[in-house]
Amino acid sequence: MSGLARMVGQRLALGAFTLLIVSMVIFAAIEALPGDFAEAILGQGATPEAVAAIRESLGMDRSAVERYFAWLGGVFSGDFGVSFSQLSFQSQYGQTGERDIVTVADQLAPRFANTIFLAATAAAVAVPLSLALGILAALYRGSIFDRAANVGTLTSISSPEFFVAYILILFLAAANPIFPSISKIHADLDFWERLYRTVLPALTLTLVVTAHMMRMTRVAIINLMASQYIEMARLKGVPRWRVIVRHALPNALAPIINVIALNLAYLVTGVVVVEVVFVYPGIGQMFVDAVKLRDMPTVQACCLVFAAAYILLNLLADVLSVLTNPRLRHPK
Amino acid sequence: MRTGRPLVTIRDLKIEGLAGEDWLPIVNGIDLDLARGEVLGLIGESGAGKSTVGLAAMGFTRDGCRIAGGSIEFDDIDLVAASEETRRSLLGRRIAYVAQSAAASFNPAHRLIDQHTEGPVLHGVSSQQESQEDAMALYARLRLPEPESIGFRYPHQVSGGQLQRAMTAMAMSCRPDLIIFDEPTTALDVTTQIEVLAAIRDIVEQFGTAAIYITHDLAVVAQMADRIKVLLKGDEVEENDTRSMLSDPQEDYTKSLWAVRSFRRPEQPPAGGGAQPVIAVSGVTAGYGAAADVLHEVSFDIHAGRTVAVVGESGSGKSTVARCITGLLPPRSGEVRFNGEALPASYRNRSKDQLRQVQMIYQMADTALNPKLRIRDIIGRPVQFYRGLRGAALRRRVEELLEQIEMEPDRYIDRLPSELSGGQKQRVGIARALAADAQFIICDEVTSALDQLVAEGILKLLDRLQNELDLAYMFITHDLATVRAIADEVVVMKDGHVVEAGPKTEMFTPPHHDYTDLLLSSVPEMDPDWLDRLLEQRGVDNIGEAARVRLD
Repeated sequence: MSGLARMVGQRLALGAFTLLIVSMVIFAAIEALPGDFAEAILGQGATPEAVAAIRESLGMDRSAVERYFAWLGGVFSGDFGVSFSQLSFQSQYGQTGERDIVTVADQLAPRFANTIFLAATAAAVAVPLSLALGILAALYRGSIFDRAANVGTLTSISSPEFFVAYILILFLAAANPIFPSISKIHADLDFWERLYRTVLPALTLTLVVTAHMMRMTRVAIINLMASQYIEMARLKGVPRWRVIVRHALPNALAPIINVIALNLAYLVTGVVVVEVVFVYPGIGQMFVDAVKLRDMPTVQACCLVFAAAYILLNLLADVLSVLTNPRLRHPK
Repeated sequence: MRTGRPLVTIRDLKIEGLAGEDWLPIVNGIDLDLARGEVLGLIGESGAGKSTVGLAAMGFTRDGCRIAGGSIEFDDIDLVAASEETRRSLLGRRIAYVAQSAAASFNPAHRLIDQHTEGPVLHGVSSQQESQEDAMALYARLRLPEPESIGFRYPHQVSGGQLQRAMTAMAMSCRPDLIIFDEPTTALDVTTQIEVLAAIRDIVEQFGTAAIYITHDLAVVAQMADRIKVLLKGDEVEENDTRSMLSDPQEDYTKSLWAVRSFRRPEQPPAGGGAQPVIAVSGVTAGYGAAADVLHEVSFDIHAGRTVAVVGESGSGKSTVARCITGLLPPRSGEVRFNGEALPASYRNRSKDQLRQVQMIYQMADTALNPKLRIRDIIGRPVQFYRGLRGAALRRRVEELLEQIEMEPDRYIDRLPSELSGGQKQRVGIARALAADAQFIICDEVTSALDQLVAEGILKLLDRLQNELDLAYMFITHDLATVRAIADEVVVMKDGHVVEAGPKTEMFTPPHHDYTDLLLSSVPEMDPDWLDRLLEQRGVDNIGEAARVRLD
């Protein structure tokens, strides 16, 4: 198992390096966008003097490289900086440091919790559902059920998320007002109310991720059905469902786990559109607003969260895949 | 042991397999009778339909196969008409199966004993606890080491021969009336095979189980079966009791099978003391990566026009020696000399001419030929590379090579490997080695994937080429019958050491080195009493793994 620990260590180091590259790419991308925060926030009232004043107060008169390293230095000491929108009002209204400054980290934390709640709700439905559908589709391969499950999930993955979202709103909120079309989530809601308001976005995400996981489960199992140990199990008189669940599934876990991890990462990072549609106060919406304003510290922080989610979930998938392999769990 | 009523009655069985869109016949009307407690040997070459018939006796067809006609009755139950449920209740409980590769047929995700008890518990034959205890008793009976605990290991933690015995134990778990053994020892080394054979025979006799024993190895079936049925391309050739079949085969095809082992290349006298060997391996020690040495101080010479057979069991280092000679694996110490000149350790540092002199023919012609290239390119490429021929000269040379391997150039030159039979592919592999005009060719198990008749043809071809071109061969094999047929000298390897080396006649006449003795005595002979005699002479503790361990 020391090999596993070494693998985790290496991957974490590599992940940190990846995050660094990601931050550079994001910074460069924001620099490349036309306009900057000062112009964006001032809109119609962007007089050259006001723009220059804001730029100066944000330190944007320095070179891009300088600003990047200043930000990076902050990150290494645990400071993700302060959102530009917080700072700008200070300089505009000439206030002193008396007012509480809310850091990016403080802003992000509740949003992140909301996003994780949404992702977890979707995952709690999507993962068991797609595993069950995949197993059943493999069991009844070529049957009407198999085809219906394939067509159904493929249809839902082929439509853009916002389209699925609006269809759901049409049927479940507008035509039959069962669920709210806008997910107003705040800290005082109890769990069930919160869950109730999360149903539609969660359902949208479920429909989007199920196809991939279900099809991988089905294919991973079917690929194994030609193995000799499966034939052996059938020749022992083992019923078909048991052949699949007990003999095929444990050996098919590694590819399935990897696809599940990819999709869970998508649930965290891919929520942007869905959160916007349902006005769900998660990290995705915050991200969209920050990009509109060219609010560099916030964009960076959001991107790093997304990238870290990808890296950690994939690492988790690899660790689990290793653990499902009896050769590695029980060496000779 | 036999009682009146037959256990299995198969009449006019026809089975078809799906090839693309069409159903093609695999088995064309076979009759089969098996009495209780009787062992029937089913033999034939690949494609004869042995396994298909064996599985059909269980009422089972593989995906893409169907029973097109005829009847299969097991203990008066019509298996063709029976419901899925009825058939399933028989499988494992009254009819069991032992597959060729135990390593592939045990589920890697579960412990042996859990797979053993699955059948009995599922069929309601015994409880988990009873079945576990029974498993341990069977393991002990089959002479597995540590019978109390071996079941709690995963398949990858157990050796191939042990797995095969554990699978036999699993087949016995419900005390079935019939067991289908589908080439159960084909994938094993000879010394392991004999132990598994002894174990299978012992347990089949002990419980009076009827068996269908499928194999292509005549000497093996002679030990195991009461009766033998010979199949060819889905048709029955003949059937008779084992002794009559061996002593007096009726059909030409059967006679030709029996005669296969008769080919003998006249042994060449050893090269004179002063002669320069083509290849001299001296003191080679080698290993992979950072792991321990696999070869220890291996030395032997190969002279022009001679064949040196390197024999040993899997893991003995035979193929590693070949990798050192070809330069694929640079040795840690020692050297390889070609005509007296040291070859650079790595193939990367060898000149084109040095590379040309050492060629290789592989075991699996299927994977050794590029499936996308035509024969003219497969053979033409080394001709072009080493001799720089092109255009008409290249084509002439390729045609010449095809003639040398007895394949008509006009017919075959534009074919793809997929349009050739297994034996023809192997011939193309030989032509490719010849194309370099090498003096020395390494043949790595070149006949072990082939049927005996085809293998015989390849051996004769290699022999003819050797005489014509004065080639030196290094023949890697685990099959001592092949060694008898073609070797001049033999090198016996065990655990990376050369344990014995010398002319073939010396090797096959006593006194032997202990390990050579074990190897030689483990090769089944076409005599139905061979196994009995051997067990009597050596005792059951002096065969197989047990004996090998004792040698260390």
